[in-house]
Amino acid sequence: MNTLSLIASLTLLATSSGVHARTQDAAPLKGAIKIDGSSTVYPITEAVAEEFNKSEKKVRVTVGISGTGGGFKRFCAGEVDIADASRPIKKAEAEAAAKSGVEFVELPIAYDGLTIVVHPKNTWCSSLTLADVKKIYSASGTAKLWKDINPTWPAVAIKVYSPGTDSGTFDYFKEVTVGKDGAIRSDISVSEDDNVLVRGVAGDENSIGFFGCAYYFENKEQLKAVGIDNGKGVIMPTVDTIENGSYTPFSRPLFIYINKASAARPEVEAFVAFYLAHATELVNEVGYVKLPAAIYAKVANNWKLRRIGTQFTTAAGDAVTTPLAQAYE
Amino acid sequence: MSTPRSASQRVLSNRVFLWLCLCAINIAVVVLAVLLISIVWQGWGTLSWQFLGNFASRKPSEAGIAASLWGSVWVCTICGVVALPLGIGTAVFLEEFAKKSRFTRIVQTNIMNLAGVPSIVYGILGLTAFARMFGVLGTNADDALSWGDSESLWYVRLPFGSSVLAGGLTLMLVILPVVIISTQEALRSVPGSLRAGAMALGATRWQTVWGITLPAAIPGIMTGAILSMSRAIGESAPLLVLGGILLVFNTPQNLMSDFAILPLQIYNWAGRPQPAFHEIAASAIMVQLVVLLAFNGVAVLIRQKLQKPLQ
Repeated sequence: MNTLSLIASLTLLATSSGVHARTQDAAPLKGAIKIDGSSTVYPITEAVAEEFNKSEKKVRVTVGISGTGGGFKRFCAGEVDIADASRPIKKAEAEAAAKSGVEFVELPIAYDGLTIVVHPKNTWCSSLTLADVKKIYSASGTAKLWKDINPTWPAVAIKVYSPGTDSGTFDYFKEVTVGKDGAIRSDISVSEDDNVLVRGVAGDENSIGFFGCAYYFENKEQLKAVGIDNGKGVIMPTVDTIENGSYTPFSRPLFIYINKASAARPEVEAFVAFYLAHATELVNEVGYVKLPAAIYAKVANNWKLRRIGTQFTTAAGDAVTTPLAQAYE
Repeated sequence: MSTPRSASQRVLSNRVFLWLCLCAINIAVVVLAVLLISIVWQGWGTLSWQFLGNFASRKPSEAGIAASLWGSVWVCTICGVVALPLGIGTAVFLEEFAKKSRFTRIVQTNIMNLAGVPSIVYGILGLTAFARMFGVLGTNADDALSWGDSESLWYVRLPFGSSVLAGGLTLMLVILPVVIISTQEALRSVPGSLRAGAMALGATRWQTVWGITLPAAIPGIMTGAILSMSRAIGESAPLLVLGGILLVFNTPQNLMSDFAILPLQIYNWAGRPQPAFHEIAASAIMVQLVVLLAFNGVAVLIRQKLQKPLQ
């Protein structure tokens, strides 16, 4: 097989001049890039692949939506080159990867700001603290009426909406509100389709719900976003507050994971370089929020160095929940 | 009749029953009509030749369904071409040839049970058996045994990976029990006297099946085929397990091509935040309905061509 010589020549190419060495008169890239994973990250990867396909028509890019867990399963078995993920890789998944000899590079590519929303006619609630959110959503929470949060608010039952328990959105929300071992109330309206949640909250004056910021940005006139009061004033979910990290803790990072062995192939190398170069413009276009420039610089450097492993585990391999800005500072 | 009832009472109950039946059919038709009208209302404006010919895009106005439309057509064609002969053959064997024994009873019970298995389970089976071939040939697609040029129509590789062939065979597993059971029912409805007559004239069992029983059973068999193909076209769970590919910039070229399918594309668009994607989701639903009717049309055509009137 000539794979070895290919890798050797590529390593040379990468070390000498980096990914920009390809010139216009170079032979067009060929081959296939297999991507699978989160349907949340899919719109970003779709946009990048669409643009990439315009210049590199011979490269066959396929993107699947098996979900973050399903994507990692195939990624860790070495079946796909890139995994789309709406959460960092879990310890068990990283172990599975190590077992099958897959080394990976972790690259955060965007923020998805989870937005808590109420009905526009809800005049009383315009901000909540994390403790309030916990009171509403946690299984042991005491807030069944709006009055239970603030005595001046009406004594009507809160109608609670939430994305499906299998979604990464739900996982992330659960982790930052009630923690890994906590539980979310079970007497709430759940839907796998965030548009159903939008319609639910938009049609019920006493409701509250949460979902990715893209669904709020598209339905601003039907919904009212609730600011998060984290002790330093109320922060509303906007493109700016999500990007600069002040909208905590509900700014959720989205990732792509690249198999290091695949990264040696010229088409994968070019695709990831293209991804990082165009992420800033494309991410906002499909409804997510771009990362701060400093983090992108760090991410690009990690890619250049092929820094393997995740930034979300301790040296002992235990998972940690650090905000992205801290993990990648 | 234990209690004699007056004529007017019996007429009344007859009328009530008629009204109940009319209500039942009206509810079904009205729901369907509302669904179709709302879909056409939403999707008609964005349906165009460009929509049929374009690949996926982040811009709803440029997005199209070329990949998923042809992916669905390839997968369902493979599914039908494999499942119908296999299913009909099995049913003919069980009904016309096999002696009733403990073995056939076990087979029969298993087929009945398989018809009720959730389709996602077949997805896992398809993934193991067709896409990965139990891992005996390695998991990496690059190490696969292959014959022919990967661009040519006759390219084949082992294991199949998440290809149209693996997808079609997986869907075949899903619909096979339904095809077998409906064919058996159709064969049972053929009067025994016809078979006996053929046998009495000296026909072999095969001649009886081919010349008498099958033609008489064709309407029932094709009805089963229509129902199961409709199911195959709408099925997405098993194919999601198999690979769940949504974005691909080629229409299938050979049996080993990657593919997307319409139901998955519709599901993804309908779940997007931007309303413009919901509109093209409705357009894709209309295309899906046309594809469905086309497949069923083929089945109806076969029924008319093969059906011989009983005389």
